[in-house]
Amino acid sequence: MSTPLIMFVGFILVTLIITWKAARQSSGSSNYFAAGRGITAWQNGIAVAGDYMSAASFLGIAGIIAFQGYDGFMYSVGWLVAYLTVLLVVAEPLRNAGSYTMADVLAYRLRPRPVRAMASLSTLIVSTFYMIAQMVGAGTLVALLLKGSGIGFNGAVAGVGVLMVAYVVFGGMLATTWVQIIKAILLIAGTILLSVLVLGHFDFSFAAFFDAITHVKSGGKVVNFLEPGLRYKPPYGAIDLISLGLALIFGTAGLPHILVRFYTVPDAKTARISVVWAMFIIGAFYIMTTFLGFGAATILGSDFIKLNGGINMSAPLLAQRLGGDIFFAFISAIAFATILAVVAGLTISASTSFAHDFYTNVLHHGREQRPGEQVRVAQITAVVVGIVSIIIAILLGPAFNVAFLVGLAFAVAASANLPVIVFSIFWKRFNTAGALSGLGVGLVGSLILIAIGPSVMGVDADTVVGAARHMIQSQPIFPLENPGIVSIPLGFLGAFIGTLCGNEPESEEKFAEMEVRANTGLGAEKATAH
Amino acid sequence: MSAPRSGPDWRKVDAHPDFRKLVNARKGFIIPAFIFFCTYYFTLPILAGWFPDLMKTKVIGPLNVAYLFALSQFFMAWIVALLYVRAAARFDRMAKEVLEKNH
Repeated sequence: MSTPLIMFVGFILVTLIITWKAARQSSGSSNYFAAGRGITAWQNGIAVAGDYMSAASFLGIAGIIAFQGYDGFMYSVGWLVAYLTVLLVVAEPLRNAGSYTMADVLAYRLRPRPVRAMASLSTLIVSTFYMIAQMVGAGTLVALLLKGSGIGFNGAVAGVGVLMVAYVVFGGMLATTWVQIIKAILLIAGTILLSVLVLGHFDFSFAAFFDAITHVKSGGKVVNFLEPGLRYKPPYGAIDLISLGLALIFGTAGLPHILVRFYTVPDAKTARISVVWAMFIIGAFYIMTTFLGFGAATILGSDFIKLNGGINMSAPLLAQRLGGDIFFAFISAIAFATILAVVAGLTISASTSFAHDFYTNVLHHGREQRPGEQVRVAQITAVVVGIVSIIIAILLGPAFNVAFLVGLAFAVAASANLPVIVFSIFWKRFNTAGALSGLGVGLVGSLILIAIGPSVMGVDADTVVGAARHMIQSQPIFPLENPGIVSIPLGFLGAFIGTLCGNEPESEEKFAEMEVRANTGLGAEKATAH
Repeated sequence: MSAPRSGPDWRKVDAHPDFRKLVNARKGFIIPAFIFFCTYYFTLPILAGWFPDLMKTKVIGPLNVAYLFALSQFFMAWIVALLYVRAAARFDRMAKEVLEKNH
């Protein structure tokens, strides 16, 4: 058995033991969906960071910086700044006014059934896109990291799928939270170690390190990797980055798998402190990731990385060069843990929304037919979500370009979810028509703009084959990869115009209750005693 | 007091002058803070896209405006977060007083 495989198995065993312990705790909706609301501020902070720091941010950002230098660093900034929206606007009102899902907050003042149905659809779309991207990435990566062990793309996808379902079905939110916490601690530990090794390579001299960054050999030339312009090129580069920035700043606060985390803590104050914890962890992680990227650029060089597995292997290859095969195995195992934890978080938010919003509240008017039914429906949903994503990921195959799926998830979260969350918390006049039209316009607008943009449309050379080809072979109609700059204003406009078209005195009347709840925590869901 | 109700009297709390003060104080922090951090953040891609020569100006040794400004974004985010936590402690006290007066 290879060393990476032993470490993978070690992580799986530890997390399965946690799941088994969580499964023995008392049952019930609040325990299953919200870990009994007993998670502390630092635990939830680490778990939020764990939910957010995906393999795309660990391997992806290190890789972008290794190849494109400063522009990759600039790309990473928005991912942290986005948490200010979560902190200032969403976390506390959500915790005070909801119980399990984003739709709880919307359903408060509005007609619950249509609003929940639409919000649940949006949640499922965001989670599914994000999950398929992670699964395809997982398959490619695990196959690469475990080269020679006989586990290929399909095996890796199936393995990740089965494990994520096991965590969610048997352990619920409590197990998922602890999987996130362990993964985040491992990820931070690995990143610190690797950063120290990079600085050690330059005799712990920042001056020597940054000096090397200004003279990186790339494609036969010497380039200053601290200067902008290697990734975001005219005419649309900077606008695309601004558009991505908008999607991050408005979208992070609309991501269902991040929002559900604020229901796992006892009160709004704990939710607030946990966001600050998450911000320090995520920020420190991104700053160190840039050291890894710049380290890979200066120590390995992009030509070497291209020949040994490609851009996403920058961080693992750097670990191998500086710390040998054992450290390579450790970093690989962390990358695997990262993927597994993120897909588990996505699975539980998707199945919670389906069970709580759609099954219980839309189909059965908010009443459980039998005790424990809501949890059972969520468990079945998790299994279905797992099977469907395994099948789709295998059908798409390793060559499929998944990067745009994550962009799409953020665009939908920013253009559909966030406008209606903000309006329902802050705007008295807001009503059901506004919510439905905001969610609908944001959702459809994002989907169309992505479908006519450069991620889907493009003319490939004949040498590009199979799933790596663009889906539509013609020039893109919309020039930006990230539709946020257009779709977010559309979402807000949709919610605004829809509201003006409707008239709902009940919603305006309930605004007083919403405002008092959101601002004081009066009547908020309490933690259950363990 | 008045007829027994199943829940708190939301409208009475909502109309209470101390509660209005709380809502305004919260908005008084959140709205300027939001505008500030968005402006600060979007200045980065705007400078990189349209003023590359300014960004390439070296400040300390090899470190240029571009790198230092991007790095400062992290500290900006942390500082705004900590300022909010401090302000929110004040909002918590105001909320507690409102609830005590309307008990």
